[in-house]
Amino acid sequence: MLILDCPCCGVRGEETEFHGGGEAHLKRFGPDSSDAEFEGYLFTRQNPKGVNFERWRHANGCGKWFHAARCTMTLEVFATYSAQTYEPPADVIAAIKAKRPEWEMPA
Amino acid sequence: MSEAIKATSALEGFASTGFASVRECGLTGMITLRGDLADKALAKAVKAATGAAMPEQRKITMGKSGKVAWMSSDELLLVVDHAQAPAIVEALTSALKDQFALAVNVSDARVMFEVAGEGNGPREVLAKLAPVDLAPDAFTTGDVRRTRLAQVAGAFWVEADGSFRVVAFRSVAQYVGDLLAQAGATGSAPEYF
Repeated sequence: MLILDCPCCGVRGEETEFHGGGEAHLKRFGPDSSDAEFEGYLFTRQNPKGVNFERWRHANGCGKWFHAARCTMTLEVFATYSAQTYEPPADVIAAIKAKRPEWEMPA
Repeated sequence: MSEAIKATSALEGFASTGFASVRECGLTGMITLRGDLADKALAKAVKAATGAAMPEQRKITMGKSGKVAWMSSDELLLVVDHAQAPAIVEALTSALKDQFALAVNVSDARVMFEVAGEGNGPREVLAKLAPVDLAPDAFTTGDVRRTRLAQVAGAFWVEADGSFRVVAFRSVAQYVGDLLAQAGATGSAPEYF
């Protein structure tokens, strides 16, 4: 079972208290973008086996969105962090590297 | 033409007995207050309304005329007298008119239950229903937890006498009442704590 720490209210809860919100740090492409960019924004996802950045919402709790860095294979959660970031903060990347030295941030 | 409509709580008179007894608390004033919880004017307005100090994260404070529960980083639940709630909302609104804050009387959109009983009985009822560590040293008087009760959202805290107060949406009052009653049925105590 996936155990997440909500960075907004400090609760350590199990998966059923939260709701997944898909891949994190997507850049939105709106009306003035090309078809390829828009298609990429809508459909192209990383879907890695290993480290993944996701959005989660503490739906049955404080109701806030946050980000989580976790392993899709082992369900290990490396860190949860604020939703108000465009990319994973340095301490989150350091926490992942500490556990997965061979991992590199995907382009 | 117009007749005064008497306010009634969601499950007036609902009660059950078992290793922990469940009772619907009747009309209870509840106010959702959203705003900057670090703001001094907001803390002062809350104090004036309830007599309670500003709660820390995931805590509930008790005052002379009400309780204040921390609901999220920008949200409080004020539990007050039902008849006083509209006046308190007005007072809060005028005290906080200069800032980005909102007070709403949600008394009649919520239901409140009391789960009481011997020893850790009430604790075990909640532990059956919510994915929360309810060990006596992990969750005590002064803590409040917003979570789920089986399939619906709810919140609860412990009173000084060890009984629990459970708050849920009125639309799921019957579900939550039945859930608590069944979890507290005689002979079903896990006696874990």
